[in-house]
Amino acid sequence: MEAVATTNTLLQLNLKHDAFLEVRKNAFAFLEKAGLPAPKAEEYKFTPITRVLEKNFSSLQPEGNTGKINVSQFIIDALQAERIVFVNGVFDASLSSVSAETIHIQTLSSVQDKNIISKVGSLAKSNTDSFVALNTATFQDGLFIEVKANHKIEKPIIIHHVADASSGKVVTATRNLIWVDENASVTVIEKYDAVGGAVFSSHVNEVFVAKQGSFTYKLIQNDIGERYQFTHTVIHQQNTSHVNCFALCLNGKLIRNNLHLLLDGEHIDSHMYGLYLLNNDTLADNHTVVDHMKPNSISNELYKGVMDGNAKGVFNGKIFVRQDAQKTNAFQSNRNILLSDTAGVNTKPQLEIWADDVKCSHGCTSGQLDEEALFYLQARGISKASAKALLLYAFAGEVIEKIENETIRKYIDGLVAERLNQHF
Amino acid sequence: MAKDNLVLEELTNKEYEHGWTVDLETDSAPKGLNEDIVRFISAKKQEPEWMLEWRLKAFRTWQKMKEPKWPNVEYPPINYQEIIYYSAPKKASAPKNLEDVDPELLKTFEKLGISLTEQKRLTGVAVDAVIDSVSVATTFKEKLGELGIIFCSFSEAVREHPELIKKYLGSVVPVSDNYFAALNSAVFSDGSFCYIPKGVRCPMELSTYFRINAANTGQFERTLIVADEGSYVSYLEGCTAPQRDENQLHAAVVEIYAMKDAHVKYSTVQNWYPGDKEGKGGIYNFVTKRALCAGDFSKVSWTQVETGSAITWKYPSCILKGDNSSGEFYSVAVTNNKQQADTGTKMIHIGKNTKSRIVSKGISAGYSQNSYRGQVHIMKRASNARNFSQCDSLLMGDKCGAHTFPYIDVENSTARIEHEATTSKIGEDQIFYCQQRGIDEESAVALIVNGYAKEVLNQLPMEFAVEAQKLLALTLEGSVG
Repeated sequence: MEAVATTNTLLQLNLKHDAFLEVRKNAFAFLEKAGLPAPKAEEYKFTPITRVLEKNFSSLQPEGNTGKINVSQFIIDALQAERIVFVNGVFDASLSSVSAETIHIQTLSSVQDKNIISKVGSLAKSNTDSFVALNTATFQDGLFIEVKANHKIEKPIIIHHVADASSGKVVTATRNLIWVDENASVTVIEKYDAVGGAVFSSHVNEVFVAKQGSFTYKLIQNDIGERYQFTHTVIHQQNTSHVNCFALCLNGKLIRNNLHLLLDGEHIDSHMYGLYLLNNDTLADNHTVVDHMKPNSISNELYKGVMDGNAKGVFNGKIFVRQDAQKTNAFQSNRNILLSDTAGVNTKPQLEIWADDVKCSHGCTSGQLDEEALFYLQARGISKASAKALLLYAFAGEVIEKIENETIRKYIDGLVAERLNQHF
Repeated sequence: MAKDNLVLEELTNKEYEHGWTVDLETDSAPKGLNEDIVRFISAKKQEPEWMLEWRLKAFRTWQKMKEPKWPNVEYPPINYQEIIYYSAPKKASAPKNLEDVDPELLKTFEKLGISLTEQKRLTGVAVDAVIDSVSVATTFKEKLGELGIIFCSFSEAVREHPELIKKYLGSVVPVSDNYFAALNSAVFSDGSFCYIPKGVRCPMELSTYFRINAANTGQFERTLIVADEGSYVSYLEGCTAPQRDENQLHAAVVEIYAMKDAHVKYSTVQNWYPGDKEGKGGIYNFVTKRALCAGDFSKVSWTQVETGSAITWKYPSCILKGDNSSGEFYSVAVTNNKQQADTGTKMIHIGKNTKSRIVSKGISAGYSQNSYRGQVHIMKRASNARNFSQCDSLLMGDKCGAHTFPYIDVENSTARIEHEATTSKIGEDQIFYCQQRGIDEESAVALIVNGYAKEVLNQLPMEFAVEAQKLLALTLEGSVG
């Protein structure tokens, strides 16, 4: 275990006495022992999250007060979707609407089924990360979603996590448990928004994708507010399942996203895409793990980033290929552009391979815009600023075009275009 | 691929060829490490007071440090009090010429294939042979002396060139740099010192052969190379060690100081005893190698062929401080049986327009674990820095592992960094392609492995490339053909 950071932000935690008390207690016991990541802890080497949280929050205990916020401003109008809204970590039934009958959605706090309860904390293990432990010990609520076998859900499920910190700092902790049964398919979108002051939110997703299941996950982090965020998504995949993830980070103070894919079956297809366009003093840290446990699967990963101002991008992509996972194909690519000398990038693509009959590769680059390409455009009467935006837009386009849902793609495309026009 | 497996089996069964022990009377220090031992070593070497002080300071620093745990290697804890820190061949106290040298020693050299007398003329290599911690014979010294080049054992340099040692010792690898560097600084036994004066191009490859010869002796060499303005030197280091049952600790430090326009090429072929099939015995090779490109337009190039050692833990690095300076790192690391290697490089770009290039080729077979760990750090001031890294792994057999841990940290927007890594086995399609053209399977495997490592082997100086190729053949290819 890495060195322990003792912090008084953990002192005032209290555990909710509900159906999850046992798992909460275990998580808390680990947290008490391990503390939050120490400054030089390998997994948080470039992300001083403990220090930043200590500075901004006196306690990391989530508070249940519901904010009074106009949520409609954060809704994506064009999107036909099942909508769920959490305000300050609390489910808001009045703002949510679910029409499909083939999906089972309920809040975790209302779950009685022992089988479901026992699955909470089974994928996102508390002892792997202190923040997972923190979330497990203190989570306020969340969703249990089950897509029954052979149902293809056309409409995506969008979960709005809205924080209202206009009357004081807010700490939230939520988590979802998602089951995609055999031959079922669903898209889940999570969108984070906040108003007011400092918000720390931790969120954990545990997703089980059964045989031939298909799961698409999109994460949109475009918080204008002062958002400190930890997200942790673990997806367990069985034979011939298909997973497609996309993460977009545009704003926030400090963002840490963990994405773990467990390829526990054969002929699995997994894709992970990420785009981070950062400026001001945003720090976005994406840690991904692809764990090939069985033979004959494919994983593909592409993360791209542009950093301006004092922004910092951190990327760590691990690919594990276990001894049994012969005939694995795993690819990973991380490309970065730095636009200012005060911006920085720390990237660590990591391959760990124990099987011999595999094809694995990773690549990463860091650079600036091609002078010749800029000149080419300028010579054709395009101003330098527009030329720059155009090139960056093309750079980001490679990731955006991977989004299948047209409405979402257009929406994200719009966000990126707006960002490039305004800030870079 | 049955033949392939046969080939692998053969190579797994191959005994270590260079393993034997020559009985030499040694003059050893008692086991253990404390200030008295440090004083003992210093006294044995007839060192001046300032050197002793430096060692003691290092020892006190070491006592406060903790052994690093981050490398991706596993070994039983080392008891530093069970090691003999000094052992010198007795009769080698003051050899004037070859006749004075203990005949047993000469035999050892012959077995290693270096006949001091013959090689002098035939190969043009000046050999500073270090056997068990004391430099026994130094050849070509006079010839080099005419050019003003100093190439001697470290203890001699301490006595005769104290001003240079005082100035540069620890300037690249400070005493407190890491656990093993501190240990080395306290107890280093001997090593080589090399100074190339302004504008001199060293006419021959400088070479040192190291051997560990007495049981239970840690060998702690210290190498210091100072290349003055506009000079050039190519330095070779090669190791072979006899078979042993107990693990032996080898914690060397190599420092290179390159001034303006200087060019240093440092090549290593490392073939310490790797231990037997069960991973018993074998050398722990914990080495700190670092070069400082202090002056503008200076260049340092590391080339290493790592085939031996039970555990290899080394990162030959370049600090690119001068503007327009450049660093290169070429490595082939082969691990077999239960060997573990955690090796790579650090390129720290500080100056403007600095360039670095990393080519690392790992080959793992048997039950071995082979890791590449590297860092490319572009500091704020290093505008227009350029880096290219390539680290490939080749896996032979399904019980071994290949790992890559590259860290890329960029703080300057004008820097251009490229990193790529692949892991694969020798493809059936590649073999098929060769076979289709009339090359049998075994030769095809040999051809592919050879081609895979070629990019690195090409960087070795002629004299060394032959030996390196032999070594590769011995570990992998020999069993193929």
